[in-house]
Amino acid sequence: MFRDYSISKKLTWMNMLVSGAALLLACGAFIAYDVISIRDGMVYNLSMQAQIVGFNSTSALLFNDPHSAENTLSGLKAWPNIVSAGINTLDGRAFATYQRGQSSQTPAMPPILAGQVETYRFNRSEVVLVRRIVFQDKPTGIVYIQSDLEGLKVRVAQYLGVAAAVLVSSLLAVVLISPVFRRAIGEPIVHLAGIARIVSRDKDYSVRAKPIGNRDELSVLVDDFNGMLSQIQERDTALQQAHDELEQRVEERTKELATTNKELEAFSYSVSHDLRAPLRSIDGFSQALLEDYSDKLDSAGRDHLERVRRAAQRMSVLIDDMLNLSRVTRSVMRREKLDLSAVAKSIAADLQEAEPGRRVEFVIESDLMAVGDSQLLRAAMENLLRNSWKYTSAHPCARIEFGKSQQNGKHPFFVRDDGAGFDPRYSDRLFGAFQRLHTATEFPGTGVGLATVQRIIHRHGGEIWAEGAVEKGATFYFTL
Amino acid sequence: MDNKIILLVEDNPDDEALTLRALKKNNISNQVIVARDGAEALEYLFGTGQYSGRAANLTPQVVLLDLKLPKVEGLEVLRRMRANESTKLLPVVILTSSNEEQDRINGYDSGANSYVRKPVDFNQFIEAVRQLGLYWLILNEQPPARRS
Repeated sequence: MFRDYSISKKLTWMNMLVSGAALLLACGAFIAYDVISIRDGMVYNLSMQAQIVGFNSTSALLFNDPHSAENTLSGLKAWPNIVSAGINTLDGRAFATYQRGQSSQTPAMPPILAGQVETYRFNRSEVVLVRRIVFQDKPTGIVYIQSDLEGLKVRVAQYLGVAAAVLVSSLLAVVLISPVFRRAIGEPIVHLAGIARIVSRDKDYSVRAKPIGNRDELSVLVDDFNGMLSQIQERDTALQQAHDELEQRVEERTKELATTNKELEAFSYSVSHDLRAPLRSIDGFSQALLEDYSDKLDSAGRDHLERVRRAAQRMSVLIDDMLNLSRVTRSVMRREKLDLSAVAKSIAADLQEAEPGRRVEFVIESDLMAVGDSQLLRAAMENLLRNSWKYTSAHPCARIEFGKSQQNGKHPFFVRDDGAGFDPRYSDRLFGAFQRLHTATEFPGTGVGLATVQRIIHRHGGEIWAEGAVEKGATFYFTL
Repeated sequence: MDNKIILLVEDNPDDEALTLRALKKNNISNQVIVARDGAEALEYLFGTGQYSGRAANLTPQVVLLDLKLPKVEGLEVLRRMRANESTKLLPVVILTSSNEEQDRINGYDSGANSYVRKPVDFNQFIEAVRQLGLYWLILNEQPPARRS
């Protein structure tokens, strides 16, 4: 129960318990000390009275005059606390007695041990003091005085009253003073807890705990807490700023890219539409000349026109290849799982169907799966296999392979042939657009195929590289 | 076949000459109306402007439509044709230089019946025109005429 109290309540309770316990202990000690000294005083007084009575009664004992002794005893009337007193002879007979009231009982007397002059005994409500009467070093009788403890009881009662009053008033003072403690300790902690809750709930790092202004641990705690919040806020701001900047930069780049893409698209569109039309005119009207004016042209003239036509057609192929290359970069990628082996087999079948006279053995590993854009990957495979087909055409028979290998921890696909190969010194030019390692008369082509393949592989986040030697064939490796 | 009109929408005079030559080479002697921009094509089709009062029987059998055209773009011509009751079902063959994916998608999306790319090689062009003539003027059945 106490555990769940608020700090202020705990503080108040703590103060009350500590001060109450301290006061109780102090009062107890005082009362004990006082009771002891009062008792000592009482014994001292009774001893004095016993000595006086004994001294004054010596002659009465010696002369066996009980009346005189009783006279002496009656002088004790002056002390109202004395209940009874008496003188006994040595053999224990009562010689003279004094009674304050009507009670006639002789109190039980503690025995005086040998060598002792006097002794006393306290019980619940009274004290009895017994003393030898000595005359000329000879014991002559015993005097006893019985006193009640009213005085002591009154004193103790007064003490208890005062102690209770002090206790109550000090607890009251604690209750009155505790708000001061609460303000000094409880409130800063409660405030700090509230701020911490706001921070954790609202993720608002701009709030600050109220500084206390002194140099105690709480103040240090509050200052450090605020310092921590400042650091978090700074970091937060920096992070947000970096994030915003990044976002803005991404947005700018995206915009730039979109603009570039749009321009590129407009450019390709224009190339596609406008660059081909003049070629059609060149080719068409050259053909018209050849048909309609053949009688006016000699063989050289006809040959020139044929060259014009071939150039126009080659230009058309170049334009198409260029457009295809740019399309590879622009087209939207749709990733899906596909069977590259099946793709390779279907391309091989197409190639063999187109040129059934060639003796080319295709070795295609089965069930090689890949994830990527099926159209783009098919285009890449087609370019690679068509390349192999083309560069083995000078050999009477050839072998073209497709499979998966292992190189430096990678598992690239490969397309291998045993055709014309290439000089590895120029291998860096293989993948450049419109770059060729053979003349068009050796092997036809525009130098776009491998550039297209490389772009497709790169768009898939993969790599492509080639190995080969002149007349020893070429191997193209790629990862996806 | 003789009374079947071909509407050729073509702004490039070279292409116009080559197309007419290709038609002639294939012995296609149908009347060819040439519109040199999109607006003219629409005027002919809807019988407005310089073609107002055009006889109804001069409605073309097939429209050979280029895409890049002055004034009104080829695709826009196609869309307006498809939006109009009288030309809604008229066969339209897009005959253009480009084979851009976007052009093909937009062409069919706007209601083209066919999309043919003009080959640079004139012999191939002649062959393309021959097949077009054979298909659209002879093989293909026209949609029934609309009662207006």
